[in-house]
Amino acid sequence: MEIAYWNKEIETIDRDSLKHLQLKYLKETIGYALRTSLYKKRLQKAGITSPDDIKSLDDLKRIPFTTKDDLRESYPRGLLAVDIGDVIRIHTSSGTTGTPTVIYHTQQDLNNWTELLARCIIATGATRNDVFQNMMSYGLFTGGLGLHYGAEAVGMMVIPAGGGNTRRQIKLMKDFRTSVIHITPSYALHIASKLEEFGVSLNELALRKAYLGAEPYSENTRRKIEDLLRIDVYNSYGLSEMNGPGVSFECVYKCGMHTWEDNYILEVIDPKSGENLDDGEEGELVFTTLRRQATPLLRYRSRDLAYILPGDCECKRTHRRLSRITGRTDDMLIINGVNVFPSQIEEVIMQFPEVGHNYQIYIDKQENLDKLIVKVEIYSKLFTGDLAELEALKRRIKDELRASIVINPTVELHEPGSLPVFEGKAQRVVDKRPAL
Amino acid sequence: MAKQVNVFLDNRPGRLKSVAEVLAQNNINVRTMTLNDRGEYGLMKLIVDKPEKAYLALSEKHFACALKDILAILVEDKPGSFFKIATVFFKHNINILDAYGYVVESGKEAVLCIEVKDIPKIKEIVEKEGFKILEEDQLHEL
Ligand SMILES: [Zn+2]
Repeated sequence: MEIAYWNKEIETIDRDSLKHLQLKYLKETIGYALRTSLYKKRLQKAGITSPDDIKSLDDLKRIPFTTKDDLRESYPRGLLAVDIGDVIRIHTSSGTTGTPTVIYHTQQDLNNWTELLARCIIATGATRNDVFQNMMSYGLFTGGLGLHYGAEAVGMMVIPAGGGNTRRQIKLMKDFRTSVIHITPSYALHIASKLEEFGVSLNELALRKAYLGAEPYSENTRRKIEDLLRIDVYNSYGLSEMNGPGVSFECVYKCGMHTWEDNYILEVIDPKSGENLDDGEEGELVFTTLRRQATPLLRYRSRDLAYILPGDCECKRTHRRLSRITGRTDDMLIINGVNVFPSQIEEVIMQFPEVGHNYQIYIDKQENLDKLIVKVEIYSKLFTGDLAELEALKRRIKDELRASIVINPTVELHEPGSLPVFEGKAQRVVDKRPAL
Repeated sequence: MAKQVNVFLDNRPGRLKSVAEVLAQNNINVRTMTLNDRGEYGLMKLIVDKPEKAYLALSEKHFACALKDILAILVEDKPGSFFKIATVFFKHNINILDAYGYVVESGKEAVLCIEVKDIPKIKEIVEKEGFKILEEDQLHEL
């Protein structure tokens, strides 16, 4: 097989040179980090007051971990390392309690991010002659824009379709001979199941590849989607704190996701002790940005569990490969590709005096898509007996939830004391979805 | 004013029976009832001989319930009688939120219960048109 590269020199760099490069970039990153209020304090405490205090990559271990809470507490400007005038874009995401987090980008940050995605796309064997339909949401969510710029850099014809509206997606795929799609696994299954209904056969489509991300899924689901759509499916991993998609991506061999180690230092740690684990051992992924000026993040705990696949890849890329994400260290839910914390839902529900304190979050599949049902109890003392008021209450809760978690839930009202009483938050979640 | 007991019920087997059980245990007689089905829940509306007692008994058993004022209109149980009262509603542009009725004595008397927003105003209009509005005690003397 002939392997194509976007940046062959970097992608196939020998490990020693890669480590030298990482050290050089880490020092630069420390320079930027020292300009932020959060890291200035933290690094000083660790005895690091200048980039020159970093002598080797081992010095990274002197730096404490950064958590999602740190990002929340630093909102909005505590992690900004450049003059605001040099920032050309931001992406925000909601935190566990609704306090958002923000990542700033300079022009160079975005150029670097775009390059990573161009590398990913070329690594899958796609070319500038492909037609790329991006079915991830655009906007503050990083899934859409990230791949968009990468695909444009490669020179593909990009269809910025965004999420949803299956009928239009299929029409676009047919009319413009879409050959590569970027999509969540559940939406891929949904589209596959709808082709017949919309009177479109696979022969009328030019589809050959799909990039799947934003939701965990299994090897079996990959094969299922590959069979249903007669395409190759490539696994994609990213997180908004590390720009978004493009952190790790599969090459044509589809055996784990190459993580771009000239842009990120990847550590796998024991989530309890914080100790570093060896390749092959499953643990929490920890990332350090190496090429981001505006928002450097040092040893960021992703809360995602996975392991590094030992050994070399046939494609000759030297950047190590990541396994599928095997789980989370927190109770975050992924619903149709969107990250949701039960605490965000709880916070919204508790604003309504008309409902009790007990609630249940119920998730199931409907036509391959995730369906979120939020069940709440009526509070007896504020019950007026008015049907119109009950329906209005349901609507208000639904609207508030949609505004907060960006997912359209079904809200159900129930009798006081009818929902099971739980001790912990996680137990309030009933996830009936079969694992993908 | 006549009272109706509204009860919020989960839409699952056995809930109706639970309400009926509380009423039976408290020696409360149900004259009529309706049930608005809203999917996962329903709103039950009861006309009973002792609404206050029913309300307290149900509340004690942790039902979400409420006492609501309604207009109980005495009508004749014969053809054309419903047309007469419906004409009054139409003439005065009265918006009915919910309505149901029951026969008290076949061929003679029936009661039409209506839910409206502005009860005193509608009461006055309907009475002026020659209809009798039953008070709570009158309702149960029939
Ligand atoms: Zn490879």
